[in-house]
Amino acid sequence: MENIYFDNSATTKIYRAALKKYVEVSENLYENSSALHIGGINAEREIEKSRRIVARSFGASTDEIIFTSGGTEGDNMAILGVAYANSRKGKHIITSSIEHHAVLHTCQHLEKEGFEVTYIKPQKDGKIDPLDVEQAIRHDTILISVMSANNETGVFQPINEIKALCGDIILHTDAVQAYGKMNFSDINADLITVSAHKVHGPKGVGTLYVKKGTKITPVIFGGNQDGILHSGTMNTPAISSFAKAVEIFNANLEKNIVYLKSLRSYMIEKLNSIDDILINGYDAVNVVNVSFKGVRGEVLLHSLESEGIYVSTGSACNSKSTDISYVISSMGVPREFAEGTIRISFSEFNTKEEIDFTVEKIENILNLLRRFKRR
Amino acid sequence: MREIILLKLGEIVLKGLNKRRFEEKLMSNIRKSLENCGKFNMKIAQSTIYIFPSDEFEFDKAVENLKCVFGIVSIVTCGETEKDINKIKAFACEYLKDVLNNVKTFKCEAKRSDKAFPLKSPEICMELGGHLLENFPHLKVDVKNPDVVVYTEVRDYGAFVHAGRIQGAGGMPVGSNGKACLLLSGGIDSPVAGYMTAKRGVSLEAVHFYSYPYTSERAKDKVIKLARIIARYTGKFKLYVVPFTKPQLEIYEKCPDEELTVIMRCIMMKIAEALAKKHGSLGLITGESIGQVASQTLEALAVTDASVSMPVIRPLIGMDKEEIVTISKKIGAFETSILPYEDCCTVFVPKHPKTKPQLEKILQSEKLLDIDAIIDDCVNNVEVITIEPLED
Repeated sequence: MENIYFDNSATTKIYRAALKKYVEVSENLYENSSALHIGGINAEREIEKSRRIVARSFGASTDEIIFTSGGTEGDNMAILGVAYANSRKGKHIITSSIEHHAVLHTCQHLEKEGFEVTYIKPQKDGKIDPLDVEQAIRHDTILISVMSANNETGVFQPINEIKALCGDIILHTDAVQAYGKMNFSDINADLITVSAHKVHGPKGVGTLYVKKGTKITPVIFGGNQDGILHSGTMNTPAISSFAKAVEIFNANLEKNIVYLKSLRSYMIEKLNSIDDILINGYDAVNVVNVSFKGVRGEVLLHSLESEGIYVSTGSACNSKSTDISYVISSMGVPREFAEGTIRISFSEFNTKEEIDFTVEKIENILNLLRRFKRR
Repeated sequence: MREIILLKLGEIVLKGLNKRRFEEKLMSNIRKSLENCGKFNMKIAQSTIYIFPSDEFEFDKAVENLKCVFGIVSIVTCGETEKDINKIKAFACEYLKDVLNNVKTFKCEAKRSDKAFPLKSPEICMELGGHLLENFPHLKVDVKNPDVVVYTEVRDYGAFVHAGRIQGAGGMPVGSNGKACLLLSGGIDSPVAGYMTAKRGVSLEAVHFYSYPYTSERAKDKVIKLARIIARYTGKFKLYVVPFTKPQLEIYEKCPDEELTVIMRCIMMKIAEALAKKHGSLGLITGESIGQVASQTLEALAVTDASVSMPVIRPLIGMDKEEIVTISKKIGAFETSILPYEDCCTVFVPKHPKTKPQLEKILQSEKLLDIDAIIDDCVNNVEVITIEPLED
């Protein structure tokens, strides 16, 4: 039997057509898109074609789309860029305590530079209450950054409600986990970060959407290849392959969302027959974050791995540390559950049969592991 | 002119009738350590090994490799010239040009083991020193604290000029003192214990206890990497990865809670001993140090000691953690040792481990287990990995 890949929030398998595009463009349009000759011009045309496709997925115009190297770079550019550009107006930033490290560590860096940051805690269901954000707003608040969907729980955050409350304060959202799981024309934010490899595109490329008129300054400097905000030789094959992936998932977006949600509720239904578990968060599309009492997430993960099933504990970027996830603990999950947390995340390639097989294995493994729980 | 490498040997020069055996072992180890550096010739004379490189020989890489060969006290890269004082003078100016241009003070030292050479050592120094002062007017002589010492060695095979020696690894040639089996955990101590034992000329093999799914493939990769770091000093060796989850669970179910750790260690020692006997090792090596953790009190060590009949070598027994860390950093293992991939087997760590276990009681508890079956099962299912030295 083939491996079961249930770690799609960490990264996804690239679409075959997107991979083909990557190879084709690498071979045929290798010229530097800034070059004056026709080779360069053709590469540039390919990028602009891709930009239109990506822009359409945001319901945006092409000059609002900047290509980045991925989510971390997009988050850094947005937060630092807005903070520096508006620091004369104020030095206060609001974010949430459950952001990805790309946002949290950037905010912590700004604190060292004299900015003040308020971290909003989620409620028990994993959601940020817009009213908490509103209460944190001060006269010198210049930026609010709240993720669209959390990377560990998949829980969607009320971005539009926050936007409605924040007046002319700039709103950034890290939408890396939400892209491909909702209609992006509906998001109302000034800056949106996404990454290609979470939607079956290649690694090393992403987009920062910057709404026209947003006051932001560049944080890396160079040849201004992608406008003043982003310098560096354009990554033509990755961008083109990214656009291919966007085209594919957008064609079936509504249908995919329904399918992913059905996988999620199917799995939760099956898991509910197991004793002493907690499903963390609701209102997610493709993530089941579940805590099992009396086992360790990592041990469960490796036991599943030996059955050819790949899941994650917390987010892949921090599961090398054995501490309890800050996202799960800020949702108030009791410690004896929190230790035994795994994240199962689906893509359109997963099936209900895979879920059946997995839940059966989880039951067997728990029978063994719970016998040997720490005394 | 040609550049050669002289290797000064350590205590093996004091050996009596079997000195030759040590020298041969050392030369064979050197040959292996320089395998990937290109062709060279080697000979030994007057307790010094001479390496004569071919044209394509990678000099710097060779010196780096030689720093890890036990039995070598110092490494000298030097230029070779004819045994004629005028030739030596001209040659030194040319060969040491870069070194001398970058310092302010120097002194000369000479050694004349070819007594047929007409000048005595102090005379060589005076002649050469004067010549260097003329040719490098910025230089001054400082006999007490020079920036650089210019050495001249007049030997049977020729005259050699160099500007200082590099410290070697010391110790005795690996393989000259038998073989022992290292219990390699993945922490800071055991690689250092392996290094220190190998330094005394002992060949290694290693055993690692693997508790999948309580630890992961990353933990195994880490242990392999540590083994490869040790192999820089020992050359290739075998790592036995023992599937240890089943015995651990059995101990956990059948034995008293506070004795878990000590019993587990006894079983590990027994399995290591079985593997050691099977593969010709004469002892076991552990990274234990008195009092470091509950299982390393003298009482606990007495119990683990009694579980095997082989000698147990504990080179770190009297060392503080800080001293161990210093060596770990020196041999380049520290950064790997502190990677956080192990330790999800806290399930098996009792809350209050016995710090003063009694042998009688432990033996009683061990009767609850089918130890022979456990050992057989582990030895039969061991995964054997050949460890090659880690390259930079």
